[in-house]
Amino acid sequence: MALLQISEPGESTAPHEHRLAAGIDLGTTNSLVATVRSGEADTLADAENSHLLPSVVRYVDGAAPVVGIAAHEQSAIDPANTIVSVKRLMGRGIVDIKHLGSQLPYEFVETDTAVPRMRTIAGDVSAVQVSAEILKTLKNRAEQTLGGELDGAVITVPAYFDDAQRQATKDAAKLAGLNVLRLLNEPTAAAIAYGLDNDAEGVFAIYDLGGGTFDISILRLNKGVFEVLATAGDSALGGDDMDIVIARWIIEQAGLDENPDPGLSRQLMNLARDAKETLTEQQQTEICLELETDKPWATVLTRGQMNTLIDPLISKTLSPCRRALRDAGVKTDQINDVVMVGGSTRVLQVRERVKDFFAREPLVDIDPDKVVAMGAARQADILVGNKPDDEMLLLDVIPLSLGLETMGGLVEKIIHRNTTIPVARAQEFTTYKDGQGAMSIHVLQGERETVDASRSLARFALRDIPPMVAGAARIRVTFQVDADGLLSVTAQEQTSGVQSSIEVKPSYGLTDTEIETMLRDSMDHAQEDMETRRLREQQVEADRVIEALQAAMAEDADVYMDPDEREQIEQALQALISMRAETDQAGLIKKEIAKLEKACGAYVERRMNASIQKAMSGHSVSEFD
Amino acid sequence: MSNVMDLILSSNYFKLFELPVDFNIDEPQLTARYRQMQLAVHPDRFVNATDQERRLSVQHAATINEAYETLRDSMLRARYLLSLNGISWDDERDTVMDTEFLMQQIEMREALADVTEQPDPLSAAGDMLDRVQSLIGQRTGKLSDCFTQQDMQSARDIVRQLQFLYKLRQEAESLEAELEDAL
Repeated sequence: MALLQISEPGESTAPHEHRLAAGIDLGTTNSLVATVRSGEADTLADAENSHLLPSVVRYVDGAAPVVGIAAHEQSAIDPANTIVSVKRLMGRGIVDIKHLGSQLPYEFVETDTAVPRMRTIAGDVSAVQVSAEILKTLKNRAEQTLGGELDGAVITVPAYFDDAQRQATKDAAKLAGLNVLRLLNEPTAAAIAYGLDNDAEGVFAIYDLGGGTFDISILRLNKGVFEVLATAGDSALGGDDMDIVIARWIIEQAGLDENPDPGLSRQLMNLARDAKETLTEQQQTEICLELETDKPWATVLTRGQMNTLIDPLISKTLSPCRRALRDAGVKTDQINDVVMVGGSTRVLQVRERVKDFFAREPLVDIDPDKVVAMGAARQADILVGNKPDDEMLLLDVIPLSLGLETMGGLVEKIIHRNTTIPVARAQEFTTYKDGQGAMSIHVLQGERETVDASRSLARFALRDIPPMVAGAARIRVTFQVDADGLLSVTAQEQTSGVQSSIEVKPSYGLTDTEIETMLRDSMDHAQEDMETRRLREQQVEADRVIEALQAAMAEDADVYMDPDEREQIEQALQALISMRAETDQAGLIKKEIAKLEKACGAYVERRMNASIQKAMSGHSVSEFD
Repeated sequence: MSNVMDLILSSNYFKLFELPVDFNIDEPQLTARYRQMQLAVHPDRFVNATDQERRLSVQHAATINEAYETLRDSMLRARYLLSLNGISWDDERDTVMDTEFLMQQIEMREALADVTEQPDPLSAAGDMLDRVQSLIGQRTGKLSDCFTQQDMQSARDIVRQLQFLYKLRQEAESLEAELEDAL
């Protein structure tokens, strides 16, 4: 509530404590955490002074999983229990994973849930749980460095991530005990870091090629406003794919079996990656393969040979570039700069092709591995409330169209790609049978016209439709995409005003019950139990509400509250303060919070209206009647 | 307690942006007011607020986005202006169109269907999109004159043609996505 800026910027900066916030880049190959200290965004290092945390988790028997470099070193020895590139599995179903190729060494468990699980020595794990381990490690690193508990974090996702992939990322953060301030698109994060450091103005292209994902975003930067004009990409294309084609080449050259065992497969992938990295510095590199049966086998790979191998993959990134430019209504000569982001942009051939495409030298001066985390840290610092007067505004878009299944297996689009978020669209439905009490809605994402070729997000069952003759009911279904790019759906029958209940069946995501179970399971290893955690969450929430309301009332209770209302609100506030101090039951605090929020509903709305009117330079509501 | 946004929107988007009700729009003014309002209501400003405020913030920001998008896009702006003038139509039923335009549509749809037969289908789809875009541009240019001359009937006809072209563009985009998926 304190954020409602009714006062002029700079006028009422009541001193408040500095809150701890971090930006986290949860990458396919490496992950990073960054924070703003003394006005500068920096990535944080571990005890060995290493900033990049390899996104590798190794599960071991009877102990906590190993995350990072130590896990990566064991990846070829213990491939089945060492999960690499888990980001590629986020929000994916078993069919998608099979499509990803046979190079995955994990054993997938057949389950009846929508979420595939991998069998490890420490039990079956989902991609969300594996990602949560990486996030926990980064959270601990930040908290140790900063000397306190994090108030919140901004977590980056590829701009081209669909709803299921975003939701999976948010679930992972929840599981890791992070308060997610915002899911931020990676290229947008890079633009923030770049734009704020360079006072940049104009139109920019952010070319972001990571380990497993590719994004291209076209942004306009103007006086602290970051407006994404268009975004495109491929959420299954990255440096990993280069490693795969190089590994296949080695298999061919060495005359190995096309389907190597998991250990050899991991060894090949590691060799391929090393070769790719060496070839950014050198013209050629030697590849030595240790085989169990034979003596070591070696060959030479030249930069030219590698370029030929990976060139088709680079070409695949250029078609989204064309699309993004067209959607943005921008020609290449209108672009001020092209910024390179992601470890895979170190590959010289990538730079060369991007330079040819945009007809200009791309910028590589900011560390392409760190720039995303740094931008996320900047955003986190603002969102958590450390810079109340900051006028930065981030206007992002939805990357893929949202649609509904209609007759004949076709998709009708209701929110088009590259629409600025948040966005809400309503659609009316009617019943086709007398007395029909329920209806099913299938939500899909993607640009294709048929249901089969689109990505199924969820099926919603509308129930409690009041009995009417066929065609008489008017059910208004509202699709809302919030600032995290996540979809929610509400429904109401218009003639009766009955709120239809919605039962959501996510096509890929975890259900709330599954998350709850995972949280409980993860508590087995930790000191605090579920109840303590819930209590702590409610206490934090209560403090936030109390602080926000007190600050708001100090500012303008005289203006926007009538005496009766004020008395009720103050009573409810006191009740919450006492409950917060006395009880150790989360449920009781939650109840008082709900009561207080209800009591100040009208006041909050009045303040919100006032702030909009203020933005409209003091026009009164009556002018719009 | 009524919501200020509902009041505003039930009235008129132009007032929200302090613009005269006219097709020819002061774009810098539109953009400046849009940013000013988003700075006041955007969810990024309410991350630490109560659930209720966060909900309101998302709703308001979405409403402002909707209004902004309507006024920024020429076809949507024209259709909105026509509706303010009491001119609306049922897209499903009202299908009478200019014959010449319909012939062109048929020709373009055939060309779109032939895209997959081209040596480089992906760039053929891209060319197709450029062509649709340029047809959209031509008609948008004419809209301005219609509104200046208060010729609502012609404005209506052009908007309906633009709706066809927007649909065609969407189909071409969908084909492009299909071709990209096949790569």
